[in-house]
Amino acid sequence: MKKSVFLGALTVAGIIAGGASAATLDEVKARGKLNCGVTTGVPGFAEPDASGVWQGFDVAVCRAVAAAVLGDGNAVEFVPTTGKTRFTALASGEIDLLARNTTWTFSRDVDLKFEFIGVNYYDGQGFMVPKELGVASAKDLDGATVCIQTGTTTELNLADFFRANSISYEPVPIETGAEAVQQYIAGACDVYTTDASALAAQRANFEDPSAHVLLPEIISKEPLGPLVRHGDNEWADISRWTLNALIAAEELGVTSVNLEELSAGTENPEINRLLGTEGELGSMLGLDAGWAKAALGVAGNYGEIFEQNIGAATPIGLARGLNAQWTDGGLIYSPPFR
Amino acid sequence: MTTLADPHKESFRLSMLLNDTRYRSLTFQFIALVAIIATMAFIGGNLVRNLAEAGLNISYDFLGAQAGYDINQRPISYDSQDTHGRAAMVGLLNTLIVAFLGCITATIIGVVAGVLRLSPNWLVRKIMAFYVEIFRNVPVLIWILIIFSIMINAAPAPNAFRGDEPTASMWLFDSIAVTNRGVYLPKPIWGSGSLLVVGVFIASIIGIFLFRRYARKQLFDHGRLIPTFWPSLALLFIPVILAQLVLGTPISLEYPALKGFNFRGGITILGSLIALWFALSIYTGAFIAENVRAGILAVSKGQTEAAAALGLRPGRIMNLVVLPQALRVIIPPLISQYLNITKNSSLAIAVGYMDLTGTLGGITLLQTGRAIESVLLLMLFYLIISLSISFIMNIYNNTMKLQER
Repeated sequence: MKKSVFLGALTVAGIIAGGASAATLDEVKARGKLNCGVTTGVPGFAEPDASGVWQGFDVAVCRAVAAAVLGDGNAVEFVPTTGKTRFTALASGEIDLLARNTTWTFSRDVDLKFEFIGVNYYDGQGFMVPKELGVASAKDLDGATVCIQTGTTTELNLADFFRANSISYEPVPIETGAEAVQQYIAGACDVYTTDASALAAQRANFEDPSAHVLLPEIISKEPLGPLVRHGDNEWADISRWTLNALIAAEELGVTSVNLEELSAGTENPEINRLLGTEGELGSMLGLDAGWAKAALGVAGNYGEIFEQNIGAATPIGLARGLNAQWTDGGLIYSPPFR
Repeated sequence: MTTLADPHKESFRLSMLLNDTRYRSLTFQFIALVAIIATMAFIGGNLVRNLAEAGLNISYDFLGAQAGYDINQRPISYDSQDTHGRAAMVGLLNTLIVAFLGCITATIIGVVAGVLRLSPNWLVRKIMAFYVEIFRNVPVLIWILIIFSIMINAAPAPNAFRGDEPTASMWLFDSIAVTNRGVYLPKPIWGSGSLLVVGVFIASIIGIFLFRRYARKQLFDHGRLIPTFWPSLALLFIPVILAQLVLGTPISLEYPALKGFNFRGGITILGSLIALWFALSIYTGAFIAENVRAGILAVSKGQTEAAAALGLRPGRIMNLVVLPQALRVIIPPLISQYLNITKNSSLAIAVGYMDLTGTLGGITLLQTGRAIESVLLLMLFYLIISLSISFIMNIYNNTMKLQER
């Protein structure tokens, strides 16, 4: 009851505050800081490092937006959110941008009144099991006990998958990923299911990662992307095109190494428009001409951010796969900067 | 009195609302009431306006929509195809189950600990004081998490029961399996003729009551003390066992067995339920122990001494003289402890027990995004449960009250 009253109060307060904010850009500028919602800690995606500085793939999106708007990639206040609190935090205006492995779904977009600004990681729900169980396919999991993070799309996908294959399971709903891992390691559940990227990330932190396998089945489409509130299109545009700038830069070959050199002016008009030496794209967004350059200056383009945080060379070790540029057979694609 | 003339009846003037002490408090109460209503109306109006602005509306249609998620403990039949409304009912029943079990065990623990805290034995007294202080002064959520994590790490996983040389084994002739996922018990299977066995069982319970009444009558009328304990026990078991044997074991047991990933068959008590139940009981038990101690201390020492002078043994003094009188002091605070158990059970999600907060206030809320509706409904449910408990306990309190004639 205590908790529910608190939640209720939070919701009411959230809605009261939500109605009041309209021009997020002005607010962020006045505040001098971007409030960005991230996870409570998923290695590679968003986690504070040893010196307490947030690092990760989702964090990079926050920093890029902060750099585009405020000119400083460190002008970000990171707000850790759980699967449960993230939407309330965004709806209430506590955060300006939510970059937290959030699946773009119809009802979240339409019914919950959010605006997904794009996809920064194409994911799918997978299963992890201890190798010693000798399970080769998710269809062999009849009767297994499955740990799931509650309040996410995963528990709906899970119910659908097991029903479609007419096999049974025992769900163990858990609040955070860390607790789920604890139970999984203790053997309180046979299987741990969540987005395949998060499984890989969490397995990297295990004592013996090789004792656990990811099953081949990917049972859902999980396009993960950052999102903002409905109703402030200018702010949504800024966030969307900052993400697109990171993606387009990789396609156009703009990297953190050659950024300075290219921003002096090039033969390629699209690079010039992107970096603000040609055209008026920045002022159309209500930003400086060098907005995209600032965003790229933080950690480089999409590909660099990927490799640095979750790529093959990191402990997470994810291949680009679907997240390669469309020119390389992936799904990552930015509309033209024109 | 009658000789005095009635005082002159003053006519009411408006200024009397402030100046006359008879009316002043009414005036201020009225002003406060208006202020409260206005504040509520403002908050409500603000909520409705902002909801409308955000294009949201208050609607309970989602309760009829398909839930789409599974629940691990289902007192009534439920699958992911059922509605959010039914999922909420499953959650409600799970809340009631853990609250009911918690109230019973907390009372037992509390009464035992409370009585022992006043024991003349130094060690027992100190141990109980230690228990009360430790459990009362650490938040219940921490206890739930500690107990749960001890359980999942200390108890063996089902896998440990497997193989030719398992590291764990079942208890009581392979009938009970204790794992870190829960406890698996044998389940009775009701074959034909089992109704007769149940009938015999009920008859023997009635028999025990009649026998005890007879024994008491003998004691009061003729002063003959007939032993009741062993005959009662015999009455309880022997007829049932005979009926079971004569009818060819109509009630058989289904034993849990390791099949696939988990134990199957039998009755499963989830680990999360055990952890939550145990944590709530032992935490609230510490509070109840203090209530019991206070109740016992409230009974005057003369009562104990008088009973001792009559030659009663300490156990009987406690049961027959002190506790019945102490109950009058114990019950009112006990009611609020029962309410605390019910409300604290909403921490269930910490161990993944799907209670009302986990289903309606958790997954349903998040999947439908209907936060206000869900939370309002949640509050209503908890309010109804709590008021019902108070109502029932108040009736009990009234029957225990000192009857003044």
